[in-house]
Amino acid sequence: MKPAPFRYHAPRTEAEALSLLAELAPEEGRVIAGGQSLVPAMALRVARPSHLVDINNVAGFDRLAVEDGWLRVGPLVRHAALGEGAVPGPLGRLLEVVRGQIAHLPIRTRGTVCGSLANADPASEWCLLAATLGARFHVRSLRGERVIEADAFFGGFMTTALAPDEILVELRLPVLSDAAHTGFHEFSRRAGDFAQAAALAVLELREGVIAAPRLGLGAVEDRPRRLLEAEALLAGRAPSEALFREAATTARAGLVPVDEDPYRLDLAETVIRRALSAAAGMPAP
Amino acid sequence: MSDAMHDLTLTLNGQAHAIRVEARRTLADALREDCGLTGTHLGCEHGVCGACTVLMDGQPVRACLLFAVQAEGRAIRTVEGLAKGGALNPLQRAFAENHALQCGYCTPGFLMLGTAILETDPGISDEALVEALSSNLCRCTGYANIARAIRAAADAMSTEGAA
Amino acid sequence: MMDGITPEAARHILPAGPGKVVGRGVARIEDGPLLRGEGRFAADVNFPRQLHMRVVRAELAHARLLRVDASAARTMPGVVAVWTAEDVAEIPPIPFRATKVRGLEPYCQPVLARDRLRYVGEPVAVVFADDAYRAEDAAEMVVVEAEELPVLLDATAPPAEFAPGLDTEPTVVRKEYGEVGAAFRAAHAVVELELSVGRHSGVPLETRGAIARYDASSDVLELHGTAKKQHWNRDEIARLLGRPPNGVHLFEGHVGGGFGVRGELYPEDLLVCAAALRLRRPIKWIEDRREHFVATNHSREQHHRIRAAVDAEGRLLAIDDAFFHDQGAYVRTHGARVADLAAGMLPGPYRLPAYRVAGHFRLTNKTPAATYRAPGRFETTFVRERLMDAIAHRLGLDPVEVRRRNLVAAAEMPFARPLDTLGTDIILDSGDYEGLLDKALARFGWDAMQEELAARRAAGECVGAGLAFFVEKSGLGPSDGVRISIDATGAVELVSGAASVGQGVETVLAQICAEALGVDYARVRVVHGRTDRIEFGNGAHASRVTVMSGSATWEAALAVREMALETAGTLLQLPPSELTIAEGVVCRADGATGPSVTLAEVARRMGPNAPEMRGRTPGLTAERWFWSDHMAYPYGVHLAQLRIDRGTGAVTVERYLVANDIGRAINPVLVEGQIRGGFAQGLGGALFEEFRYDPQGQPLSTTFADYLIPTIAEMPVVDVLIAEDAPSPLNPLGVKGAGEGGTNAVGAAFAAAVDDALRRPGAVTSLPILPAQVRRMLDGAA
Repeated sequence: MKPAPFRYHAPRTEAEALSLLAELAPEEGRVIAGGQSLVPAMALRVARPSHLVDINNVAGFDRLAVEDGWLRVGPLVRHAALGEGAVPGPLGRLLEVVRGQIAHLPIRTRGTVCGSLANADPASEWCLLAATLGARFHVRSLRGERVIEADAFFGGFMTTALAPDEILVELRLPVLSDAAHTGFHEFSRRAGDFAQAAALAVLELREGVIAAPRLGLGAVEDRPRRLLEAEALLAGRAPSEALFREAATTARAGLVPVDEDPYRLDLAETVIRRALSAAAGMPAP
Repeated sequence: MSDAMHDLTLTLNGQAHAIRVEARRTLADALREDCGLTGTHLGCEHGVCGACTVLMDGQPVRACLLFAVQAEGRAIRTVEGLAKGGALNPLQRAFAENHALQCGYCTPGFLMLGTAILETDPGISDEALVEALSSNLCRCTGYANIARAIRAAADAMSTEGAA
Repeated sequence: MMDGITPEAARHILPAGPGKVVGRGVARIEDGPLLRGEGRFAADVNFPRQLHMRVVRAELAHARLLRVDASAARTMPGVVAVWTAEDVAEIPPIPFRATKVRGLEPYCQPVLARDRLRYVGEPVAVVFADDAYRAEDAAEMVVVEAEELPVLLDATAPPAEFAPGLDTEPTVVRKEYGEVGAAFRAAHAVVELELSVGRHSGVPLETRGAIARYDASSDVLELHGTAKKQHWNRDEIARLLGRPPNGVHLFEGHVGGGFGVRGELYPEDLLVCAAALRLRRPIKWIEDRREHFVATNHSREQHHRIRAAVDAEGRLLAIDDAFFHDQGAYVRTHGARVADLAAGMLPGPYRLPAYRVAGHFRLTNKTPAATYRAPGRFETTFVRERLMDAIAHRLGLDPVEVRRRNLVAAAEMPFARPLDTLGTDIILDSGDYEGLLDKALARFGWDAMQEELAARRAAGECVGAGLAFFVEKSGLGPSDGVRISIDATGAVELVSGAASVGQGVETVLAQICAEALGVDYARVRVVHGRTDRIEFGNGAHASRVTVMSGSATWEAALAVREMALETAGTLLQLPPSELTIAEGVVCRADGATGPSVTLAEVARRMGPNAPEMRGRTPGLTAERWFWSDHMAYPYGVHLAQLRIDRGTGAVTVERYLVANDIGRAINPVLVEGQIRGGFAQGLGGALFEEFRYDPQGQPLSTTFADYLIPTIAEMPVVDVLIAEDAPSPLNPLGVKGAGEGGTNAVGAAFAAAVDDALRRPGAVTSLPILPAQVRRMLDGAA
């Protein structure tokens, strides 16, 4: 399980990185950030890039800031960096919860948020978060910069709208209103493993009814996505276990799971109900 | 691919090691094969088992998921750096006293993970300790004594620190 | 007097209760180097000019091998040689140890596949290169042309052709006693079950490794990275390569977990040896984890169709079992051992007037299987204890009560069953089964817990409890020897034919030696696993080391003690009977002050040039052997309390107790470690671990992300009750093995507890118990 040979490049600036990638992408050159998914794939020789463009030394890529209502996450922000107090308000609390579900400590110290997004594993927590909150993906190449909306970024199983010569230079997450309540729930058979189903709920409670609901599901279909029918059902209704069960049933009917196993759909319903209950401050069903 | 060879200097337990390796050489292989530090073990080479855990700039990382070229200029600490002058440090002593090892293969990884925990969060809650230790696999002990040893080391160090 | 202890040795039986160092949880002497990163595991062994071997493995589960083209690989940088089957045609297939079953020979594995590929992972070719990375590059360039054949993946399906004239059922293990037919005709009730255990295995954290070098100057072939069965492996390697055994030396370094799978003789061991001889360079092979999952022995996969005849009180009248043992693609070194153990050990702790078993030993197109911690017992304890629960349910009895009625009573010990296993008659040597059951129930608070669980169920929780009784076996003979020597500095060396797989052998043998000799256990150097230091040995397996090598240690140490006292008596002019040894000094036994002499001085006086030694064999040293024709049978009970998440079907273990009588605990801390670690592996097999295959026989569990070993987060708090109520009469220490009891009954106990939580007796019929299945059971489906 030794990786196949490759050439290694360690640019110091973004311009240098983009230029290297423009030259090497046609020769199966790839970006490496944390490498926590790429290197295992290389060890198994299922990934065999001929060149690696290592962005770990690029100045400024570790930026993490809240500006104009957006949390801006640079390509070298490690999972661990979204720790206690890094981001204020409900979004910060949500990030802490989600971060705690990602793999394990030694992976979180090295793996990056943007790397997970570019890898687009359907079970990735960050992908679910980005899809549910409506993140924006700023990508750059020598050809220029473009902004991709979340629903256009994820293109299917481990597939994104990123072109081979593009780098995801920034993830932007909308800062949540102070009134927002969030709930996240995932199920995996063993601690730290990829989820078999994961759900994220964000909602506000105005005069006892649900407002501005967002409900996302990961690990069940080939990509994470918002469950719009269920959201529509939730809006304007008072939270209750019965309502959340109904929302889960509605969501289930529209799912196209990655495998035929009805168990995965059962799990989808369970995590949806639990995420909603957590957001509404109710005990887990 | 001789043109793909890299001359590097790794800083391991405070000492400089000059090596010449291919870009694809993992940090774990470089430590073991090029620097002679065989205390870092390989249990899976795909980042799950944690036997190769080392500290890079104080943070626990998987040495099988890093290339040696990426570790240049970073301070790497391995199990060989724990005992000072042959004397076991408090964490190593706690492992022996609490029977926290049997075959000893996963032990260096757990020691380095434990070192990171003791250095960053010595008052760690039981729940957080279990979460942190769930990153490494042990096939012999059933884990209880590993957690107990890390807790005992934390207590011993705080007592020593207070004294 | 049963066998095991000679009348002469019976004088030296270690009295019950803690000794000076035996019976105490002293720290291990192994730990220092392991904690400093100074261990020497297989991959840590390097020799100048070594070549790295990489194995090219079959990618089809069953195929006719047409051609292996290594021409491109041979031109790759750093490559020295590439071998296919033709290059090793003179090496016979790898044999098996258990010779009792005839007819298995044609099913043994060739070191490289010849004309058929029989499982994904089978070695087809090997590449030798100057670097592990380049060896892997070249191995990818070897082209294997093969024509796919239909795969056989189900051991219960009708046997197919293995080779012309041979089908895939090489043997059926049959055992029978009593009037089975009559018992079923007379039965009050007949209970029938169909049960299966999934394929999983030891999966140690260290993968296998083998490093061979040939020293032409002394004509010695060395093999490093070995474990478990050094002397047998040496003899077989020598035979298969046409060398005398005394010209082959096996060395054991540290071993990163054994669990049954490590240290058997595999194709790679022979390949590195053959290459070291032929290429005249050291050859190093380190298995990678993906290879490990398809190359190293699997275990456990069995399907049982079992029937019990019982009377109106729930007493067993007869058991009739037919089981299908999925051996995988070849017979390996264990032969039919696991099937034989399953057949022999199935009756467990119960009185059973009649018994018939047919174990269909069948080959499939999967990785070959062999032993894994509690082989044949993890499987049959699950089957037998499921049966006891089913009997209880059928007759409306409490599960504890039905067991009580059937347990062999203490007064019936030793209890001979008209059965054999591993070539020994099954005579349960000692035990108070019901006594231990009572202790365990009390410790767990079983009755109070039932009320508590009922209250929680009423509040909507899905919680349950279950128990399972087991009988283990240990101390497999026939022999083991130990040589103890004290040198002129007083240092003690103990050389054993045993092996260490990380379980604490050195400490335990040192404790026994120190107890007898009167020295500090921490200063006893224990040498194991080296064929160049002791001529014979039977290794470390079947929970035999503490019993066999421990007893030999005890007797050798007593012999050295006697020699030392005799010589010291002459020096001190006191009768030896008035002397003792304390902290390495021979002194008066009555505690009175007086002359004394160190063991170092005694050893110097016994040197070859000492005038007193003229005409005698010099040295303060003795070698003693211990023989046993019968095994010692530890026993115990597992109790589990768990809850089920109705939303996901996930099982969370809330409390667990392992009660295990092992006769005597030499080091209780290490025994607890064995039990707790053994439990973790049982937990894996019961809830998490499984080697899965797709319909084409492609393995689906080839990484640690797919094969789920429990982490600390899955481990419950496990309470351990070590009992010493029934010392074994078969050895001077009274010990029984402690390595496997923690694993044995986990699947059985969980199955009972899950049934109880679901309120559906008999719901669990297979292991592992997966959340998806539990979720279906919650919905009422099977």
